[in-house]
Amino acid sequence: MAPSIDQLFVNLLHWVVGFLPELARPWASLVISLGSILSVFALLFGLTTVCERKAIARMQNRLGPNRVGPFGFFQFIADGIKSLTKEDVVPRTADRVVHFLAPLALLVPVVLTYLVLPIGRNMVVLDLDCGLLFFFAAGASTELAVFMAGWASRSKYSLLGAMRAIAQMVSYELPFILSTMGVVMMAGTLSTVGIVEAQAAVGGEWLARWNVFTPWGLVAFVLFVIASFAEANRSPFDLPEGESEIVAGYFIEYSGFKFALFFMAEYLGMFSSSAMAVTLFLGGWTAPVSFLSWVPSWMWFFGKLFTLMALFIWVRGTTPRLRMDQLMDFAWKFMLPMALVILPVVVVWHRLGGGWAGWLVCAPPLAVAWVLLGRALVGRRQIGPRTYRYADG
Amino acid sequence: MSPMFYFLAGLTVLGALAAMSLRNPVHCALSLVVTFAGLAGIYLGMGAQFLGLAQVVVYIGAVAILLVFVLLLTRSAGGGEQEERAPSWRMAVLVGLLVAGVMGSAVMTVARWVPRDAAPEPVPVVQIGRVLMTEYALPLQVIGVVLTVAMIGAAVLAMPEKRGVKADRGAANGKDVVPGSGGTSPTRESGRSVS
Repeated sequence: MAPSIDQLFVNLLHWVVGFLPELARPWASLVISLGSILSVFALLFGLTTVCERKAIARMQNRLGPNRVGPFGFFQFIADGIKSLTKEDVVPRTADRVVHFLAPLALLVPVVLTYLVLPIGRNMVVLDLDCGLLFFFAAGASTELAVFMAGWASRSKYSLLGAMRAIAQMVSYELPFILSTMGVVMMAGTLSTVGIVEAQAAVGGEWLARWNVFTPWGLVAFVLFVIASFAEANRSPFDLPEGESEIVAGYFIEYSGFKFALFFMAEYLGMFSSSAMAVTLFLGGWTAPVSFLSWVPSWMWFFGKLFTLMALFIWVRGTTPRLRMDQLMDFAWKFMLPMALVILPVVVVWHRLGGGWAGWLVCAPPLAVAWVLLGRALVGRRQIGPRTYRYADG
Repeated sequence: MSPMFYFLAGLTVLGALAAMSLRNPVHCALSLVVTFAGLAGIYLGMGAQFLGLAQVVVYIGAVAILLVFVLLLTRSAGGGEQEERAPSWRMAVLVGLLVAGVMGSAVMTVARWVPRDAAPEPVPVVQIGRVLMTEYALPLQVIGVVLTVAMIGAAVLAMPEKRGVKADRGAANGKDVVPGSGGTSPTRESGRSVS
């Protein structure tokens, strides 16, 4: 029973592709699997927007959307119809070609990242030898699209937003990539499927070998998730869209469906980086403990993904926006050195072969580095009750 | 393979031509990105997965961003049309032709060694890593040092010149000085005067 549910979608794909001529099969398999993944994640995008608005509304003591459908859960359909039927306004001075291409140039690389995400056992579109590098290559190409959007609009707000976004994405890309290096070193492969398989429980082990269960993996996971907040331009790193300063950032001059495309690319990017966090640190589609391995693999994957999404929403609802200098200091003085400290620790962990000895040797240096770097970042600024220079008489 | 190659090669050449002939510098930079992407596609088509993806990460993710940043910081942000040619364009064409000739002859020489229909063998990335860390460890380190030197040089150039720092410490308050706001304005000034 359980194995058939586990491989349900794989068998379904094989069954459908089996009707086609031999020559078209690889392409058909690629198109069908990417199409189904995208439709699932597009639906997920719609539902997440509603859940996010409702959750944040609760945190801010409001009701949130509650008019369309049961408990307002069809709000995303209404939003979609609205954005499709709205007038597409392009500023007169805008660079029309680049302005038109920017949302597409943003969405296409984000969609490509889904090719290498292992959603379940045998459920990956392309098992590339350099899967992780593919993911980062696609992610790196989105920065240029942000620039295109900001520049082509010929608005100072959009240009400022684009500059902020690019500066932030370039800075946080370093810890984003470096924090994954430990995982690659332990797994000995760049293939996403290989990384997941390296984290499965071996033999009769009770606990799976997820990377987050190791001291370096825990630190790297935290760094990766923080960096993915920044890469997705979400709170507390949402300076590129700072409403009070630059209205909406680089997509201020976009309306109608193009705006919806930007919104969608942002959420799809968030899903894919969360899914990559799941793949790298939370064992992908593997079960945490071996007696739960009868649960279908894709259920584990989506369960972990939804947990991370809830974290994203929670953080967005509860953290204030950073200042530009705080943002840069945090990336270069805390995240980057911490990601570098992880690398030698991983080597030591690998030599010791993990276990209690590994924890004893590896955890203290990481904790010391974390505390010292944090102290250095806060610096001489006093922590305590806030003092006001002008407000208090 | 073959139609895909011709499509990518055409894309690469068209992008390069557009990068040369378009008037707006930002358009030129974006066309150059098309060329980078076409090259990456050609690498991937030849089975050089690591090289192709590294091309995307380095050239589209970093070099192109650097290009547009330089354009925006040295010219007026509106990106006005640049009509004038550089005074030394004849020299530039000559150098370009020379480089193309050298590269072409090199390619022709190599093509004679390699059998014509040799199927490209995909190299696993593990093998690339092993060779880089053993056989080519020294060149790798030297390249690292060269890049670090360049980075330090850039940082030194961007630092504000310190004169009488002790005197006005209270005003500047240490690190809050914006890089490039002090003594390093000549490049920016010349950039402004063009537009």
